[in-house]
Amino acid sequence: MPTIDQYLPDHPFFTGLDAATTDLLAGCAMNVHVRAGEFLFREGEAADHFYVLRHGRIAIEVRTPARGVVLDTVDDGDVVGWSWMVPPYRWAFDARATQDTSAVAFDAACLRGKCDADPVMGYQLMKRFVPVMNHRLQSARIRLLDLYGDFVD
Amino acid sequence: MLPRPFVVRRIHQDTRDTYTLVLEPADGEPMDFRPGQFTMLHAFGVGDAPISISGDHRRTDRLEQTVRNVGSVTAALVAAVPGTVLGVRGPYGTGWEVDRGRGGDVVVVAGGIGLAPLRPAIFELIAHRDQYERVVLLYGARTPEDILFGDDLRQWAEKSRIVVEVTVDNGQHAWRGRVGLVTQLVTRAGFDAVRALALVCGPEVMMRYAAQALSDRGVRSERLRLSMERNMKCGVGLCGHCQLRELFLCVDGPVLGYDRLAPLMARAEL
Repeated sequence: MPTIDQYLPDHPFFTGLDAATTDLLAGCAMNVHVRAGEFLFREGEAADHFYVLRHGRIAIEVRTPARGVVLDTVDDGDVVGWSWMVPPYRWAFDARATQDTSAVAFDAACLRGKCDADPVMGYQLMKRFVPVMNHRLQSARIRLLDLYGDFVD
Repeated sequence: MLPRPFVVRRIHQDTRDTYTLVLEPADGEPMDFRPGQFTMLHAFGVGDAPISISGDHRRTDRLEQTVRNVGSVTAALVAAVPGTVLGVRGPYGTGWEVDRGRGGDVVVVAGGIGLAPLRPAIFELIAHRDQYERVVLLYGARTPEDILFGDDLRQWAEKSRIVVEVTVDNGQHAWRGRVGLVTQLVTRAGFDAVRALALVCGPEVMMRYAAQALSDRGVRSERLRLSMERNMKCGVGLCGHCQLRELFLCVDGPVLGYDRLAPLMARAEL
């Protein structure tokens, strides 16, 4: 498995970042592993990381009194978590591994400080997270239509 | 225009509201059809409805039709028992023209019961599997319980070198598969878009987004084929129930290229 230094420049999410920024991000990153059934993070906890999945699958879930509902799944290569960018920096949902999963975890507290100090870098990161947010929002909106349900068309 | 009598031989409940009927012609005469075509299926004394043919077109001695129970006619159709005689008009409409994909990759994108009319196309691909490169089936369903043809999906993946990716709109805790839009699978799927033939069937909104995602990947619009659904009635282009501006979908469709459909799908209230 490539090291984080080797992995980041080749990842589409980080394409276009200069070497200094990629090095800085790699300095804030570490490899993490969760087994199937374990949680990457839980609703209400401090959102102090974001993740890039190297391998596996994470289910974004919400608990109801009766059951857990999977809102989305995230697979190899995808980015998980943007609550680290939005005050009060708390996870809104659970993230549970449905397979053994390896990810690169980025220290968001470290990154927030660096983004404040270097707005150009902050903008570059924001440009990469906004499409992730947009994608999830559109996915949620379209699924609200319940296209495969009984009363469409 | 007269329906041919067909005898129900078997009926299989696929999901909560969807059933596949196996019919045989009462007169023993075979019925030819092309993958992608539909019939008008009659429940005598109740009415008729356009129903997708979901079986293998090489089996001309029998007809498989997959029916979702959403109204009085379809309720009567799925209430049939072995021995019931139903009427069949057709087959009608255009087909998928799967052979246009020979020599390249084929991407099949299905949503909900949209997998039913694509199933004959997949049988055709499997029958001539060596003439196609990568074959990818991307399927979106409402919930894990609404996944159609689950046994087929497993077989196609295990025995027919088809990459099968399934996602659902709503997942429960026990579901280990993907949750999200089928269009997300288009973005991730491995295929050579420039040489690919894409076949898409599902609710029209889903097809709009899927066609856009395929187009964004580089699939040429004339090689991107969609099956449109309207209220087919006569099946022969006379009554106008299925009109989509200048098209009568029962004869000009249901399967059409995105090059013709894109401007029509973008317009409201057509």
